[in-house]
Amino acid sequence: MSESAAPQEDLADEFSGRTTPLQKIQQTLHRYPYLSPLVVLIFAMVIFTLLNDRFMLPNNLSLMTQQTVIVGTLAIAQTLIILTAGIDLSIGAIMIFGQMFMANLAVSATASNVLPIAGQPPIVALIIGILMATAAGAVNGLLIVKLSLPPFIVTLGTLSIFTALTLILFKARTIQGPEIPELLKIMGNSFAIGPFRVMYGVVVMLALYAIFAYILRSTAWGTHVYAVGDDPQAAKLSGINTDRVLFSVYVVAGFIVGIAAWITIGRVGSASPNVAPGINLDTITAVVIGGTSLFGGRGTMIGTLLGALIVTVVENGLALAGLDQAYRVLAIGILVIAAVALDQWIRRVKS
Amino acid sequence: MTDVQPVISGHNLVKTFGKVVGLNGADLELYPGEVLAVIGDNGAGKSTLIKCFSGAHTPDSGEMMVDGTVVSFKSTSEARAHGVETVFQTLAVSPALDIASNLYLGREIRKPGFVGKVFRTLDKKKMREASRQHLNDLGIGTVQNITQAVETLSGGQRQAVAVARAAAFGSQVIILDEPTAALGVRESARVLQLIKDLRERGMPVILISHNMPQVFEVADRIHVQRLGRRAAVITPQTHTMNDAVAIMTGALTVDVADQTLRPVTTAA
Repeated sequence: MSESAAPQEDLADEFSGRTTPLQKIQQTLHRYPYLSPLVVLIFAMVIFTLLNDRFMLPNNLSLMTQQTVIVGTLAIAQTLIILTAGIDLSIGAIMIFGQMFMANLAVSATASNVLPIAGQPPIVALIIGILMATAAGAVNGLLIVKLSLPPFIVTLGTLSIFTALTLILFKARTIQGPEIPELLKIMGNSFAIGPFRVMYGVVVMLALYAIFAYILRSTAWGTHVYAVGDDPQAAKLSGINTDRVLFSVYVVAGFIVGIAAWITIGRVGSASPNVAPGINLDTITAVVIGGTSLFGGRGTMIGTLLGALIVTVVENGLALAGLDQAYRVLAIGILVIAAVALDQWIRRVKS
Repeated sequence: MTDVQPVISGHNLVKTFGKVVGLNGADLELYPGEVLAVIGDNGAGKSTLIKCFSGAHTPDSGEMMVDGTVVSFKSTSEARAHGVETVFQTLAVSPALDIASNLYLGREIRKPGFVGKVFRTLDKKKMREASRQHLNDLGIGTVQNITQAVETLSGGQRQAVAVARAAAFGSQVIILDEPTAALGVRESARVLQLIKDLRERGMPVILISHNMPQVFEVADRIHVQRLGRRAAVITPQTHTMNDAVAIMTGALTVDVADQTLRPVTTAA
């Protein structure tokens, strides 16, 4: 028996170590989840350059970074939350809440919608605005952790609540650019690097990406964020205070949203409660196209940055190619589906 | 045996989940250097009992002691701080994280000095080297790449990672909950060998298992759990597997007066 068994094992050995080229791709993508968005981005840029030679002009490239900056910054917060297997539908509402807070506090009493506390020094207004966004994030976190409610439901509720609060506190009136002090608009200013115009907001966004990429990769908190999203039960049994990690993620996300509110005032040039409609779903789109799994525990900051850039490049490129807005929306929709399908396939990897 | 202080012990432990009674006055003693098997029918409270010691459950009442001091665990990290390490049935590993991150999950090593203090940078190199060492110590260095995600490993390899984690940090006792339930014959044999190796290193082990031949192969003493209590403690030398099953199912009982060693079995 043993003699006949031995050669059979050898026969199997020949096949057991074999991986098809497709499996190799799957394994590589599993190891480096940001590779697929990188390939898509490069591919898209090549196509659009071929379609229209204005695409690669420094002016257009600079414009695209500016078109990315609001979604790109908010997507950092969204990535952190989605990594914990959560989702934040209130991210845009909190951003506008923080933005209106800043603007209304900073302008003169005649321009403000809230007379009693208007006319604060710009720096005070800025800090309070960011703190309010952070607090709003904390409210989300508290509801999710303490009441054990699903993030989808909680943020669906706070989406309405913060939108309403903004309208109740600050009315629906836009605060015009000339009224707003320079500090709150500074993120919209830009400087030149060669033929490129670089907005301060873009620099801050990139810095935030670098900081949070580092935090996720190289700190215990980052590891715990992945662990909590991956398998909360296992994380808890491994001695991680999962509630504290979850709560802290929503607080940190709120802080990032506060920074995004500041950048938005600079980018738009005024403070309006109607700025950037649909921004919630745009951030989720960027995160998903960037290769972060909606089921949590997998994804990278660099992937999200690439995802946000892909959305801008596709929209900008198709517009330059003379296509109707509807086709741009169609293209983004297809990208999202493709990204999620790819994620599902990658998750089925075996060594 | 009685003059030796138990490494861990529990007395009169009660744990209920709503109307479901998990433990109803359970006792347990584990002595230095021994492998104690905990067996019992489904719902007898085996898992509940050991989860009290691993900190996953907090008993409603009763007294637990580790190394002579009374303890009360509110979380697994408190149990770990007392040197009690558990390999849970679900393994409690994070599939998307690599092996080293899993071994050090919840007690990561930071870089020394300024970088570690201010930027809280993890010392990944050190954790990887130490992880490799821990796996080798247990003779499970078959994993080629310590930076591999755990989800790319086979069932036996995942089990090995979980056991290595417990063995690396457990200073008092290592608890294994159904470690072979999901494994094949060869992988089970390896886990049993690991348990024997741990005993040789002087580490007491609690093994929860359904598998009688395995229990009788490695255990020094066998704790039989029934209806939320300890029904008997027997040894592979004095009792047969049939006796154990009989006690487990309530077909036989053990004389209470001399519970530990010389049971008198009578038909219930």
